[in-house]
Amino acid sequence: MNNLAVDLVLAVPALAAGGLALLPGYRLTAALNVLASLVTFAAAVALVLLPRPAPGNYLMVDDLNVVFVVLNCFVGLTAALFSAGYIGHEIETGRLTPVYVRFYHAMYQLMMFGMNLALVSNNIGLMWVAIELATLTTVLMVGIYRTHEALEAAWKYFILGSVGIALALFGTILVYVTAQPVVGEGMPSMVWTRLIAAAPGFDPAPLNLAFVFLLLGYGTKVGLVPLHAWLPDAHAEGPTPISAVLSGLLLNVALYAVLRFKMLMAAQPAALAPGPLMIGLGLLSVIFAGLMLYRRRDMKRFFAYSSIEHMGIITFAFGIGGPLANFAGLLHMAMHSLTKSAIFFGVGHVAQIKGTQRFDRIGGLTQSHPVIGWGLALGILAIAGMPPFGVFLSEFLVVTSSFARAPALALILAFGLLLAFGALLMRLNTLAFGEPVGPQDPVRAAPVALYLHMALVLLAGIALPGPMVHWFQTVARALG
Amino acid sequence: MTPIAFDTSHLLAGGLVLVSFAMIYQNRLQALLRTFALHAVVLSAAVAWQAFTQSAEQLYLTAAIALVFKAIIIPAALRRIVQRLGIHREVEQVVGTGLTMLAGMGLVALSIVVMLDVTAKAGAFAREDLAFALSVVLLGLLMMVTRRNAVSQVVGFMSLENGLILAAAGARGMPLVVEISVAFSILIAFIVIGIFLFRIRERFDTVDLHALDSFRGERR
Repeated sequence: MNNLAVDLVLAVPALAAGGLALLPGYRLTAALNVLASLVTFAAAVALVLLPRPAPGNYLMVDDLNVVFVVLNCFVGLTAALFSAGYIGHEIETGRLTPVYVRFYHAMYQLMMFGMNLALVSNNIGLMWVAIELATLTTVLMVGIYRTHEALEAAWKYFILGSVGIALALFGTILVYVTAQPVVGEGMPSMVWTRLIAAAPGFDPAPLNLAFVFLLLGYGTKVGLVPLHAWLPDAHAEGPTPISAVLSGLLLNVALYAVLRFKMLMAAQPAALAPGPLMIGLGLLSVIFAGLMLYRRRDMKRFFAYSSIEHMGIITFAFGIGGPLANFAGLLHMAMHSLTKSAIFFGVGHVAQIKGTQRFDRIGGLTQSHPVIGWGLALGILAIAGMPPFGVFLSEFLVVTSSFARAPALALILAFGLLLAFGALLMRLNTLAFGEPVGPQDPVRAAPVALYLHMALVLLAGIALPGPMVHWFQTVARALG
Repeated sequence: MTPIAFDTSHLLAGGLVLVSFAMIYQNRLQALLRTFALHAVVLSAAVAWQAFTQSAEQLYLTAAIALVFKAIIIPAALRRIVQRLGIHREVEQVVGTGLTMLAGMGLVALSIVVMLDVTAKAGAFAREDLAFALSVVLLGLLMMVTRRNAVSQVVGFMSLENGLILAAAGARGMPLVVEISVAFSILIAFIVIGIFLFRIRERFDTVDLHALDSFRGERR
């Protein structure tokens, strides 16, 4: 398969990673990091517009992954913009040295490469390697501050992520063993498009077992309860741009891998229905995270639990299945990704002004820092599911579509949503309103990325563009 | 596959499960590391035998990686770390050895029952290889769960990963096995370097993960 856009989406971050590792000077490298992300994003847009190449043994582009590639590159770009200001502040306060920043930028691009590769891969083995690469780079970035907490978070992420990735590999091997008698020995049995075409002939029993391993393995990366233990620590202790990218992108990429295998299961009618497993894990995540939100004292940890909750909602929606719930799930993935990264951009600015992430030392932001404060307040309102934001639309669709199919489950979901809603409003009140608490130095960086994301989420909530609706509908139907 | 080829690979894969059990009842770190080296040697032999019977030359590379990297370099590096960091020689266990062994037997029985049932239509070799591989994977997980010490958790992870390589080598004609084993070796190298760089005594007084739990943000 030969296509310039696909090559660029992969080659630009890979080359940029090498280049940024060699170049000195944090201002230059931060600017180059943004530039590389911009070129990658342009290539991703071109990927949508150009005619699709035929899928090869390693790479492919289809309706499903092109959505995620564009989203991935867009948030990658805005997070790079935010990161440029963030890193400048970290250098000035001495939390990071220029050598570490050089390493950070190289890892940032390498992570983008890993995620893009995982998204466009047509090969279950390659996808596994790409997700491992993306995980490894984020582990290194989580530990970059080298404090007790950061190293412990990185270690925990490393061990749990490795176990997850090992389980996913066992599932991948099982898929190969299942496919090999039908598709043939060697490479063809790992090519996703060939697998899905031949799936009706597969022996359902080993396929079922493979899916369980894959769901548990990649589910660890998604942060589904009870496999979530790494997620809050990794979000809280790493640099904030990485928290934004972890929540907004890496969780999505892992969920995308689960979806690919879910489609494989759906293609073999005799196989186990993946729905109940995904619904169970999803509901457990929503309720557990909803309860945990109340006791958080650390701002980034709090929003990390909120990410677990939203991943639970999305997994639940895909578990319910059918065109409407799948549509809602896809929309929610996009909305959560945009909103949560916007929140982390705001949180990053706030944490730098106040010098802490603790809720009890932060307050009255709309008075002391109106621009950031209102931006963050809008983000929290959006993620809580208030209209007119896009998250409201997608959550509403998830709940209504599941009410039609399984009313009892929808009630549990609605309960979980209300739990989280309460916790978010409680924190919103102390964070944004009342008397200002803590240092009140002016913010230097303008929160462009935050407001850009919020504008998109608002636009999606008020009037989702027609072509987008059509696009999501096509994909939702393909997901089965 | 000729009977002798089948029996040999059966023997080697079964041997790997046996060594996994031997690792579970080691309660001293140095002995654990030596047993792990043996685990890697058995894996290397099993993979090399697969390379020979399947005439898959690239698997020899995987076998060589297992032999050089996992049986020699990693145990030596870990042994140095244990000495340098002055880690206790005794391995703290969450539950007793006897109970762990019983749980391990249960897991092996489970994986054999599940695998043989699920892969009823596959070839006899693939079935048994996968059953043994799953046993090794589950025993590795068990070890990671029942040990508190970071070094022995890493050893548990590596034995788990040996089970995966065994499964991949036994899946006839599976591509990317070499690439995957290289990717895993890089991962493990990172873990070991990570222990060495970050768990130095100035930063952490202990490599006991239980003690580290108290640093978590919520209990600050």
